Amino acid sequence: MENVTLKINGISVTVPKGSTILDAARAAGIRIPTLCFLKEINEIGACRVCVVELGNGRIVTACVYPAEDGMEVLTNTPRVLDYRKKTIQLLLSNHNRSCLSCVRSGKCELQTLSHELGVDDEGYYDGVRTESEIDNSAPHLYRDNSKCILCRRCVAACEATQGISVIGANHRGFATTIGSAFEMDLDDTACINCGQCIAVCPTGALSEKDDTAKVWDALADKNKYVCVQTAPAVRAALGEEFGMPMGTDVEGKMAAALRRLGFNAVFDTDFGADLTIVEEANELLERVKNGGTLPMITSCSPGWVRFCETYFPQLIPNLSSCKSPQTMQGAIIKSYYLNKVNERRKAAGEEEIKLEDIVVVSVMPCTAKKFEITRPDECGAGVSDVDVVITTRELARMIKRAGLDFVNLPNEGFDDPCGESTGAGVIFGATGGVMEAALRTAVEWITGETPGSLEFHDVRGTAGIKEASYSVGGLDVSVAVASGLSNARKLMEMIASGEKKYTFVEVMACPGGCVNGGGQPQVTGEVRNTTEIAKVRAGALYSNDAAKTLRQSHKNPSIIKLYDEFLGEKGGHKAHELLHTSYEARKINRTM
Amino acid sequence: MKSLAELQAIREKMKNTMSMRDEDASGIRVVVGMATCGIAAGARPVLNEFAKLVQEKGLSDRVKVSQTGCIGLCQYEPIVEVFEPGREKVTYIKMDAQKAAEVVERHLEAGHVVEKYTMAKSGLK
Amino acid sequence: MYRSHVLICGGTGCTSSGSQKVRAALIDEIRKQGLEDEVNVVETGCHGLCEQGPVMVVYPDSTFYAQVKPEDVPEIVTEHLLKGRPVTRLVYNEAVTDEGKVLSLNDTDFYKKQVRVALRNCGVIDPENIEEYIGTGGYQALGKVLTEMTPDQVIQEVLDSGLRGRGGGGFPTGLKWKLCAPNKADQKFVCCNADEGDPGAFMDRSVLEGDPHSVLEAMAIAGYAIGANQGYIYVRAEYPIAVKRLEIAIKQAHEYGLLGEDIFGTGFNFDIGLRLGAGAFVCGEETALMRSIEGKRGEPRPRPPFPAVKGLFDKPTILNNVETYANIPEIINRGAAWFASMGVGKSKGTKVFALGGTITNTGLVEIPMGTPLRTIIEDIGGGCPNGKKFKAVQTGGPSGGCIPASYIDIPVDYDHLAEIGCIIGSGGMIVMDEDNCMVDIAKFFLEFTVDESCGKCTACRIGTRRMLEILEKITSGNGTMEDLDKLEQLAYYVKNNSLCGLGQTAPNPVISTLKFFRDEYIAHIVDKKCPAHVCKSLLQYTIDPAKCKGCTACARQCPASAISGKVKEPHVIDQSKCIKCGACMATCKFGAISRQ
Repeated sequence: MENVTLKINGISVTVPKGSTILDAARAAGIRIPTLCFLKEINEIGACRVCVVELGNGRIVTACVYPAEDGMEVLTNTPRVLDYRKKTIQLLLSNHNRSCLSCVRSGKCELQTLSHELGVDDEGYYDGVRTESEIDNSAPHLYRDNSKCILCRRCVAACEATQGISVIGANHRGFATTIGSAFEMDLDDTACINCGQCIAVCPTGALSEKDDTAKVWDALADKNKYVCVQTAPAVRAALGEEFGMPMGTDVEGKMAAALRRLGFNAVFDTDFGADLTIVEEANELLERVKNGGTLPMITSCSPGWVRFCETYFPQLIPNLSSCKSPQTMQGAIIKSYYLNKVNERRKAAGEEEIKLEDIVVVSVMPCTAKKFEITRPDECGAGVSDVDVVITTRELARMIKRAGLDFVNLPNEGFDDPCGESTGAGVIFGATGGVMEAALRTAVEWITGETPGSLEFHDVRGTAGIKEASYSVGGLDVSVAVASGLSNARKLMEMIASGEKKYTFVEVMACPGGCVNGGGQPQVTGEVRNTTEIAKVRAGALYSNDAAKTLRQSHKNPSIIKLYDEFLGEKGGHKAHELLHTSYEARKINRTM
Repeated sequence: MKSLAELQAIREKMKNTMSMRDEDASGIRVVVGMATCGIAAGARPVLNEFAKLVQEKGLSDRVKVSQTGCIGLCQYEPIVEVFEPGREKVTYIKMDAQKAAEVVERHLEAGHVVEKYTMAKSGLK
Repeated sequence: MYRSHVLICGGTGCTSSGSQKVRAALIDEIRKQGLEDEVNVVETGCHGLCEQGPVMVVYPDSTFYAQVKPEDVPEIVTEHLLKGRPVTRLVYNEAVTDEGKVLSLNDTDFYKKQVRVALRNCGVIDPENIEEYIGTGGYQALGKVLTEMTPDQVIQEVLDSGLRGRGGGGFPTGLKWKLCAPNKADQKFVCCNADEGDPGAFMDRSVLEGDPHSVLEAMAIAGYAIGANQGYIYVRAEYPIAVKRLEIAIKQAHEYGLLGEDIFGTGFNFDIGLRLGAGAFVCGEETALMRSIEGKRGEPRPRPPFPAVKGLFDKPTILNNVETYANIPEIINRGAAWFASMGVGKSKGTKVFALGGTITNTGLVEIPMGTPLRTIIEDIGGGCPNGKKFKAVQTGGPSGGCIPASYIDIPVDYDHLAEIGCIIGSGGMIVMDEDNCMVDIAKFFLEFTVDESCGKCTACRIGTRRMLEILEKITSGNGTMEDLDKLEQLAYYVKNNSLCGLGQTAPNPVISTLKFFRDEYIAHIVDKKCPAHVCKSLLQYTIDPAKCKGCTACARQCPASAISGKVKEPHVIDQSKCIKCGACMATCKFGAISRQ
């Protein structure tokens, strides 16, 4: 490959042709601050924070300007530093500076840059502010454009990563705001609630709708019996909120923290994931056996499900009718588990818990889960399967508010019976995890033998679309895995057109799967540009799996017991009542 | 359009029309007196004949045909004056369309003044 | 065969002053008088003297009629077209000598010093008739290029001519083509920027309205030179006449086989599509323009990569503006040396300017590069009206700067103007006299760019807005000297840090007025006075009791009821109510009211 050699602050550096000044500077060990820049998806040079000076005195943006042979770049001249500071000051002059009460305070990229660049008077350029409104129409998101700095990272996430494009710039010039076309409420658009916009927002302009108050209220209510469940991916990222390195598995501390917050029962959605695999693998085999609609496509990612309902309604018959792990688990807690508790209480002469008094809280890496629990067919036990969904970020906030010293908490386990899980359940949090878990069970059911290796590496990794085919007991099984909805769209187009034929397809709305979900701890643009977040976090899940003795969902003793004692047949009548759901075709814009 | 020749043909066709709008004053000017007296005496067919023939014969890049008001010799109308750079003005009198055609052919094309129609010939100066 | 052609202007200026009614009356009257077989009425594009519209030229004597009304038409037909006597009272006054002799158009001061290359056919041909264009030599250049020249030779010819972009950037056109030509791609594009947006500039509109085929021909030539067979013209939707004429021209060119497949039997294919802009100034910026053609929000993107490498739909693209293209066929027909013989230094050929503001002859003028500013202002423009003193001229619109009166002998070309921080820009020239406040002018242009900023980059979106706020503070009498420093620093910040040309040049009016008229800023700040009496907040109208006769005229005229007083007694203005409209001063017959 052709190389170019240039000098940055006098340091000579050689990089491949096509590198930007920012790349070259990084190679030379020189950091240039960035704000709007997100590698590959938002290379727009809009914020002007990364300006540098060329040898000829020109000011250019390092993030997009190509490194050229013989080029001289200065990154820290007084002029450059002054310009960067002015840029931040101008942004601050049109920014709602209620930093003390801002949800993002302490982790805000604008705040950090303001400190770094020596902003001494944040009101220096104060003048009129852009008019803006708050959009809290959707169940998962709170947009406060008074804090928006128009970096367009959210727009890029929605357009480039997810291929949805329900947000963009409205108006122009100083009046520019980010919103939906014709200023529709977000909830009236085809937004699929994935929260990738929130994940990339550098300020407090975008946040999840905060549902922690509902949890605090429930915990404080003596009449409520509050159960919590945590999704697989939460344990892989929660530690980041407490300064722990990315990829640290904090399962034990998390369970301890939840118990200390006062939950009556601390469960693991990994159990629900195992249950999902049993039902879903069963459904798949039924479809294969009975000539049902194939490929069957997973339905555990609510963002994906809504996407499919909106953009590929013709593929609704392909969606597995299985609920997602969290609502399966909610339905089981409110039926099977409630029965068990009440039997015990009865025996002990205690008052029984009424169905309406049991509260299920889900801690999810996902904002679309907040939408999922509002779907009509998610109340298996006659009441809502799950009452409140909070994200990983919200849980971190609760732990902090409760004053828990998270890092130094002991490792504890989950409660029975909905706390026991296998390694197959935990890898649900990474792209390909559901597929791998399903294969571990389905292969055994078809062949009657435990597969030689339980690890299906073809479907692991963060590639957007993965394919594999297996010959299982004389049956040709071809599978595909997509994560990130722009990848999913490509895959679905191929399936819808008949270009590709698969037996089973896994789709996760977020790129890399739930570990990179819209509810996970926010990571700065600079870290995003240099780290494969999904890969690092998924590492924690695969280690967790590898360390388990039980790595196949159908071998989870609690699951076996659940069917024996309560559900009966896999895919039977009771299972269908509690664990399966239905879908509806949706219009792209609700009001138009 | 499949050839340059086709383009040239259109250009030729339009040239005479377009050259009327040239501002180049170096060519011959034919001025027809078109005051009431001139018109009454039949100047209009004369003017039109000149205009038509000059264009038809492709002379318009060097000959301009225009009209003017009363030249002051009403009994000799229709009067036509021909101005040619470097040559004395020629005044034709009592013109009609047929004479005009002759002037175009012999004077404007061939360069010979048609003496028999000139004012000089009739003894006026 | 017609013996006379009457050319009536159908440009936007004359259309809005009523040329269509005049045209209808003319056709009607000619028919009434039985002249329809002798006199040809042709609707043309702009003649340039828009101030004098509706204008009409009678050939072959090229008599220039100005401000013609429908009721004047019978007289013109009877007297001039029939009897050959020009109606002197309706002839453009500059074209009538003191002795009453009627001059031809080209002998007037306004036209005499002009050299019309880009505007060669404007006002001369019927833009809706391709044969008239061909009759003046149209499509000869395309024929020559396709049959006699290689693409490289075409590019070399354009390079040798020294033609530079007429849209504002001034980038050598031949070089632009040369950089694009070698880039291999399955598809390349030739684009035309007809999104003329500078306030007061209408050169491109005039070319499109008056000579649309010259642009089509040039684009086909450019397509041949760089290896493209698809062109797009991005034209403002606010130019309906231009759009209509382009549509007609493209259709006719297709009918005549001058666009489409196998042109002149050479195997060269070229087609042109029209795309209408929705009126965003920023879409004049090349990358924003291309995004808009693609159907996206018109926002610029950082360069490199330049459009020559990655342009429209990410394919190699060249973009030139209308006036630049209009020069191309003439360069091919008459040779690079002919073109390069006009102009000075690195500024070759001619440039069209739109003269506006406080100048007698507002309109379009085309002059050789390097013509002294004085010639433009005094000879062609006729100076400031009402004997006012010329103060400055703003060139390049909101992206340019002002040239003060002290530089009136500066040659107008790219390099001389650059030396004093000005640009030719697209060719707008707004003349200002002693009654113009330079701070107010800077504010006016900045208001424009603030409105037109796309909002993408921080520097332009917020920076220009804050600059405007400081200017508002200064013109309202609340500015401080610290504000002036802040303004100047911000101006250079915005210039250096903006993403695209719009932002990079937006501070120019401020920077150049600060350079040449800083004392006016200081007067606003320190003395709280607007020396030109423009900034309302700094004005005060007062009645001199010694001169006031108590006639009550001013009090009756005042829209804000700010004037009180008894009949035959001196009146007083209540400053708290006064809206500074000046109506009282205009009404007073005794000169008792003064403005300070």
